[in-house]
Amino acid sequence: MAQIFHRSTNTISRATIFGAVFIVAFLFWAAAQVQRSPYVTYAGVVRPQPVPFSHQHHVAGLGIDCRYCHTSVEESRFAGIPPTKTCMNCHAQVWTKASLLEPVRESLRTDKSLVWTRVNDLPDFVYFDHSIHIHKGVGCDTCHGPVDRMPMMYNYGSLLMEWCLNCHRAPEKNLRPREQVFNMRYQQPSSDNPVLLDGRSFSDQDSLGTYLVTKYKVRTVADITSCDTCHR
Amino acid sequence: MADLRKIAPLGTAVLLLAGCRQDMHNQPRFKPLAKSDFYTDLRSARPPVEGTVARGDLRADSYLYSGMIPGSDTPGEYMPFPVNEEVLARGRERFNIYCTPCHSRLGDGNGIVPTRGFARKPPSFHIDRLRKAPLGHFFDIITHGFGIMPDYAAQIAPKDRWAIVAYIRALQLSQNASADQIPRGQAMPSPMPKFRGDPGSGATLPESAAPSKAQPEEPK
Repeated sequence: MAQIFHRSTNTISRATIFGAVFIVAFLFWAAAQVQRSPYVTYAGVVRPQPVPFSHQHHVAGLGIDCRYCHTSVEESRFAGIPPTKTCMNCHAQVWTKASLLEPVRESLRTDKSLVWTRVNDLPDFVYFDHSIHIHKGVGCDTCHGPVDRMPMMYNYGSLLMEWCLNCHRAPEKNLRPREQVFNMRYQQPSSDNPVLLDGRSFSDQDSLGTYLVTKYKVRTVADITSCDTCHR
Repeated sequence: MADLRKIAPLGTAVLLLAGCRQDMHNQPRFKPLAKSDFYTDLRSARPPVEGTVARGDLRADSYLYSGMIPGSDTPGEYMPFPVNEEVLARGRERFNIYCTPCHSRLGDGNGIVPTRGFARKPPSFHIDRLRKAPLGHFFDIITHGFGIMPDYAAQIAPKDRWAIVAYIRALQLSQNASADQIPRGQAMPSPMPKFRGDPGSGATLPESAAPSKAQPEEPK
């Protein structure tokens, strides 16, 4: 009677039984990579907007402070999206005939809101508050990236929990003096470029960060990595 | 049985896809300024009912909210609260956010935005008329706007408007001070360099720094 299986089947079956571990591990790894990829997180992906508003032009080009438009960022959870009136503060005078700005003028005429596409959208089960981060010395660009170099807005971070925790586990690595929070070109201290604060000179982030954690009374890492800090 | 074998993978796929629902991510509640299909203007953020007084917003102190001497239309020449260094620092910060795009950090009206096509630039705070203008006048203009300047009532809280007013007065003093007004023990500021053209109006350079023919030649 002829053999049903060829002799090589022995080797193949051993290899696949042994290899299954790796195949399963690979699948888990691949799934995790997909979850972290811009395909899922939209990190670095420009979203279409009703008006191609350029932060680069308004922030770096004209030197307008973040708070001119995002007025509630220091006092509330929500940074605030400016009403059409804020646009018209200047655009009642400049670029009054530009077709790109027609949706803005239409919004003012008809009293209908401009419908922007939300770019930094945290899941609804996450509690996030802008004001506390600003008061503890977290710079805008620490989370939002180089907004002054973004002709169109995209989210800089992945907004994944691990991304939040990176900083909550070691806040001293990112803190800066409060006066520098809205400075989009702030650089962490180095020996060439020390940061002066309270009559002291800090030449590295470790010493500055540790000082600021105490000065701004940042809670302990155990507190700010506790589940109910963000999931409340 | 053959049927079940065909259906089983499909059923598994359906079960797996069910895990992709985003119900927890997008809960049926409104985030600030989110769209609402319930109201005809599609806004979830509702304007307060007319006559609503928010807590702490009674506006009983009419001078604090109008800059006008109570019972008259005359702007007052006093602050509704004492000014200290903290108030001035706050005023400087707010001025630099909301006013400098047009008025410039110096308050001379040479901000960047009017250069991009405004019919005219704002006046300098250092002209005689505005140096003599009462404090309440500045508060009133921030609150209601003036000429092509829009009102900033929505962007700047009343107390911050007063802090800005105090800072404007400080700016005016800074540009019109004489040597004997400097308090004892304070360092004398260095004299302002002479500029070619209006300071802040564009590519103005201090005369000493500008390349000129008078530069000493390299020794040969």
